[in-house]
Amino acid sequence: MISFTDKGIYCEQGDFYIDPWKPVDRALITHAHSDHARPGNQYYLSHHLSIPILKIRLGADINVQGCEYGETTTINGVAIAFFPAGHIIGSAQIRLVYKGETWVISGDYKTTDDLVSMPYEPVKCDHFVTESTFGLPIYNFDPVETIYADINHWWAENTAAGVNTVLLGYALGKSQAILNALDTSIGKVWLHGAVANVNDAFRTVGYNFPGERITVETDRKQITPALIIAPPSALGTPWLKKLTPYKVAMCSGWMALRGARRRYGVDRGFVLSDHCDWSQLNDAIIATGAENIYVTHGYETPFVRWIKEHHGLNGYEVKTLFHDGEIEGDL
Amino acid sequence: MKLFTQLFYDIDQTTKTNAKVAALRKYFQQASSKDILYAIALLTGNKPKRPVKTSELKAWAAELAGVPSWLFDDSYYVVGDLAETIALLLPPATSTKDYALHAIILELGKLYAAPEEQKKEVILSYWHSMNQTELFIFNKLITGNFRIGLSKQLVVKALAQYLEKEETAIAHQLMGKWDPKKETIDSLFTQDVTTKFYQPYPFYLAYPLEAEIQTLGDINDWIIEPKLDGIRGQLIVRDNSLFVWSRGEDLLTDKFPEFESLQKILPQGSVIDGEIIPFKEGMFLDFNAMQTRIGRKNISKKNLTEVPLIMVCYDLLEWQGEDIRNRPITERRNLLISLLETHDVKDKLLLSKALPFENWEQVSEFRNNAREQMCEGVMLKRKDSPYETGRRRGNWWKWKTVPMTIDGVLIYAQSGSGRRANLFTDYTFAVWDGEGKLLPFAKAYSGLTDKEIFAVDNWVKRNTIEKFGPVRSVTPYQVFEIAFEGIAESPRHKSGIALRFPRILRWRKDKKASEANTIDDLKDWLKINKQ
Repeated sequence: MISFTDKGIYCEQGDFYIDPWKPVDRALITHAHSDHARPGNQYYLSHHLSIPILKIRLGADINVQGCEYGETTTINGVAIAFFPAGHIIGSAQIRLVYKGETWVISGDYKTTDDLVSMPYEPVKCDHFVTESTFGLPIYNFDPVETIYADINHWWAENTAAGVNTVLLGYALGKSQAILNALDTSIGKVWLHGAVANVNDAFRTVGYNFPGERITVETDRKQITPALIIAPPSALGTPWLKKLTPYKVAMCSGWMALRGARRRYGVDRGFVLSDHCDWSQLNDAIIATGAENIYVTHGYETPFVRWIKEHHGLNGYEVKTLFHDGEIEGDL
Repeated sequence: MKLFTQLFYDIDQTTKTNAKVAALRKYFQQASSKDILYAIALLTGNKPKRPVKTSELKAWAAELAGVPSWLFDDSYYVVGDLAETIALLLPPATSTKDYALHAIILELGKLYAAPEEQKKEVILSYWHSMNQTELFIFNKLITGNFRIGLSKQLVVKALAQYLEKEETAIAHQLMGKWDPKKETIDSLFTQDVTTKFYQPYPFYLAYPLEAEIQTLGDINDWIIEPKLDGIRGQLIVRDNSLFVWSRGEDLLTDKFPEFESLQKILPQGSVIDGEIIPFKEGMFLDFNAMQTRIGRKNISKKNLTEVPLIMVCYDLLEWQGEDIRNRPITERRNLLISLLETHDVKDKLLLSKALPFENWEQVSEFRNNAREQMCEGVMLKRKDSPYETGRRRGNWWKWKTVPMTIDGVLIYAQSGSGRRANLFTDYTFAVWDGEGKLLPFAKAYSGLTDKEIFAVDNWVKRNTIEKFGPVRSVTPYQVFEIAFEGIAESPRHKSGIALRFPRILRWRKDKKASEANTIDDLKDWLKINKQ
């Protein structure tokens, strides 16, 4: 039913693609990160909470249809349903059923609850397509509550020392999870424009995250000591320099490794990820009951070997255009 | 151990010198005096012998973590650090005890000769009772190399503040190999320096000259010497004994039997700073000739006659038992000249020439042609300069000649370690042989900016042909200009050539792989170098 082509994951029976890299007629989109939602498709089908982001990123005039989690859409006999992936707001796994054969294309997902995205739900299937961004046993993430507490603690510490706290996280996803978890009794929250744009889009569908946008007119002197959320690309820019004195932290699963922490030259690394760690990946695969596992996006080779040897399942490596980590969708 | 772990993280989390010194001071104030000694030893590179084999550590950790050895290896390639890989893989434990740093190191020291079963039992009992951050530090104690962005100079600075002493005195007292087992804070830092007759002075090191040469002012204020390519060393004659220390603070006395007799020839209380270099029939030999000698445990008679060594002396630090480092170099040099003239040091010690230049243009020309003069550039020393401690700017500069270069094609990439972990940063380069094949000739790690490293990393990941563990072969496409300091024939290398200090000078995006240099171009450098 499914083939992996140079345009992306293709369903011949329904003649549609999932997260295609090149323009196609019909695209099913798991979530709005830019390595999954590309411009130029004739028709998009996504979860309805992804639509405001797709419109600001791909154009307000795209032909997009939204659906609810669990709702079934049928295209040429293929029953399509979206289920929560727990990755970011609106992210979904896509289940395809045709003549008794079930596939789940999970996109990016995490099985822990970040308290802002709809939590991941295991979906039974015969064929499961999974990412492997953190598919090595060195990645074992602490519970998000612990990390949120660490972040608030650090913010309070910096505030007491009279310096700004800058948190770097992807504008879409990470930023909202952090904003939702901040203890705003500590101080005021400011936002980089990229983060504020995403928040504005989510406001149209009922979300209300704290924080004020920093604009060119904003008097930087009034930002002290406060918390600022910005995308990782802000690191090392004059924009960031103007917020001196500050301490800066990167919020990413990659911060689990000391080398990555040092490479970014940040004061702190919070291991906050919107992907699965090693044990989450293993548990997720088992929970689907699938016999056939297709591994993309990350450490495909060792993870496939592990799946075969340890779990006795059929594992297959799937090459993607976006692979080998540390590049993720961003505005 | 908790205090030391905290120190490690305080230092690891900052790039600011003052914050690092403050963290060290805080540690000195809180830790026990025994622990302080061991911490200083570790942080200044005076590390204990590795008590357990890497392969054993890997096997025990994989077993405990429940991962097959291939998966352990794949994880290690990504992390780039064995101690950290193990800390990340082991099942989480809660920190139950606070071990004393010195007690751990002493116990590890005893393990060196213990049977494997006992080693495993001891290591595992530690692993079971430490949290992840402590585990990492503990594993570092075993695997060595506490590279945490902390120079010896900073440790000295923090110690000087803590003990309320002069930095130069502390630096001096930390010179050479000392055993934390046999010292106390008192014996190490409060005794008079000169009572330790074997101890070298801290070396004074020069920075490369970055500014225009004319900015140094009047040429008559400077002593200008050829910069030789040998081993920097300090020769000490005190108490009827002779010691030769390298700049890396290794005691090399036994490696240089030719200096043995100087113990009787030179007056007691003489310390000379100079360059040890092979010298035969009035000519300097290539550095590579000496390396074959230094590497050996036992030096044969053949070695001694084939590669005799001398010391080219450029400074006198102690004269008649008196520390004269604060006198101007002109004065020290005059004393050195008379010392060498009045004693029979023939074939052992030579005076470093002060070159007679009239203007900076002549210096510049000499430097450009330095290789023909059998040296690698010039040293510039201000005539009134004292002998300082450590690497300092201002009074001394080194000005090296332009390196030799060759354009090579990137053929293999390997992920690095430390802050380059999980990034492809270690490259192998090749030149064309006569038959259209690429011949690897050098590995190079440094020379690119962070931005370029990210770009190459990205390219490598998208243009991989094959993976062999941590190494990937890539499409021969990218050309880099490789600089090097020396070149010699080497039967051990596939190309038949060995380079000294190869490094990336430039990413030649303007060149196609076919336009890279050939093995004959490399051999041309060999010929030029031999003349």
